[in-house]
Amino acid sequence: MTLASLPDRKTWMAVLAKAPPARLADLLPDLPTHTVLRQPEIGAVMVRGRVGATGAAFNLGEMTVTRASVRLATGEVGHAWVQGRDKGHALRAAAVDALMQGDLAADLAARVLQPLASDAQARRAVRAAKAAGTKVDFFTMVRGEDK
Amino acid sequence: MYVAVKGGERAIDNAHQWLAEERRGDPAVPELTIPQIREQMRLAVNRVMAEGSLYDPDLAALAIKQARGDLIEAVFLIRAYRTTLPRFAGSSPVDTGAMAVDRRISATFKDLPGGQVLGPTFDYTHRLLDFALMAEGAAVDTQTPLGEEGGGDRETRVPHVTSFLNRDGLIETADPSDATPPDLTREPMERPADRALRLQALTRGDEGFVLSMAYSTQRGYGRTHAFVGELRIGTVLVEVDIPELGFAVEIGEIELTECETVNQFKGSRTEPPQFTRGYGLVMGQSERKAIAMSLVDRALRWQELGEDFTGAPAQDEEFVLMHCDNIQATGFLEHIKLPHYVDFQAELELVRKLRAEAMALQEAAE
Repeated sequence: MTLASLPDRKTWMAVLAKAPPARLADLLPDLPTHTVLRQPEIGAVMVRGRVGATGAAFNLGEMTVTRASVRLATGEVGHAWVQGRDKGHALRAAAVDALMQGDLAADLAARVLQPLASDAQARRAVRAAKAAGTKVDFFTMVRGEDK
Repeated sequence: MYVAVKGGERAIDNAHQWLAEERRGDPAVPELTIPQIREQMRLAVNRVMAEGSLYDPDLAALAIKQARGDLIEAVFLIRAYRTTLPRFAGSSPVDTGAMAVDRRISATFKDLPGGQVLGPTFDYTHRLLDFALMAEGAAVDTQTPLGEEGGGDRETRVPHVTSFLNRDGLIETADPSDATPPDLTREPMERPADRALRLQALTRGDEGFVLSMAYSTQRGYGRTHAFVGELRIGTVLVEVDIPELGFAVEIGEIELTECETVNQFKGSRTEPPQFTRGYGLVMGQSERKAIAMSLVDRALRWQELGEDFTGAPAQDEEFVLMHCDNIQATGFLEHIKLPHYVDFQAELELVRKLRAEAMALQEAAE
């Protein structure tokens, strides 16, 4: 996936939430000066499905999530809700969310978000190609009653 | 009745110490790591996540290690941990039509638009032990040949098979609703349960129990004439409304298995002849469970579809829902091994008294 040079907030938050924590830390080793508004907190989100894929909602089960909020010295407030239990991941994602609202947004999008989005795209493409390798065309053999 | 017992502290400590030692096994054999379990025992991890009702592969792997591979004990550990987590929110219902599919097969439509995709399956293996896996250290060729097409086109939607039958009006529809579903982890389960509550109970239910219930319907106890309309495995995005932002954000990606059955239905007093559906959706790659869940879901719908209750266990909502949870079951089953000395003392007194009376009667008769 190629991100717009300035993706919208919904897009960048999604990229950050799904990023492998170690990769995000590699791309942004140092956090900007910030105050923590909400300490990273581990909790659960109840994941829902739909009856028959399209019908009424039902509760499928929970997943672990970590959330955090920070305020930068320059005033921007960043939030993060990320999958899993990595507090550093949540804090870093919240910091990026805040930075993306400031003057460094374009630089950060190119340096941090685009590599994460490209990684995710590459992972998906590899699985899709493997799946495509197992695609079959079943054909029906001559059946007894056809004779 | 339980009674408090005192003492045995040192014995208990020693027992737990020995448990840890037995868990480790022969120290000459390298210790298992959590990533090894997560990556190489993935289907066990999936089962623990589904029945523990918490999607977190690392925690499920840890639970399996701690439980020495006893999966029900591992589910117990996950359920206990789950209760310590604050619930931040409920997600928007996941869109399985947008699933990035690793596997998608249909037993009813040979020429499935988009094709049948086998994925990483045990199907068509010969079930012969592969001794090559025992040859330690030997590099295994894990290069999967790639397909010519498909790379990068996973953004597109994969239509459900049942939507093809919908076009001709040959199958019942499932009408969308965004009402907040009942949650058996928050409110005691009430019966009669609606379908949403039944599906929640089944998806976290014991795989063995759900499998046996489903099998019983195939053998004639509440027959539903099921075909697998579609089975798909892959990842879906989870989206949550974030209150502090006022919009929904993707917070992660989870692997799911979905099964939709197409069931022959001759019509009833209330419904026209058409195909009906059963539905299964389970965390992880868990296809046996998903198929079984969809069969049991369909069997439990007899009342709504105006079918007869034949007395089959799989049609009996109370029987299925009250016995499918392996943590409730194992809790009640295993508690009888814990100290019951006072109860048993009373039983002993009673049996002695009854015996004495019976003997006295016998002697009097002689």
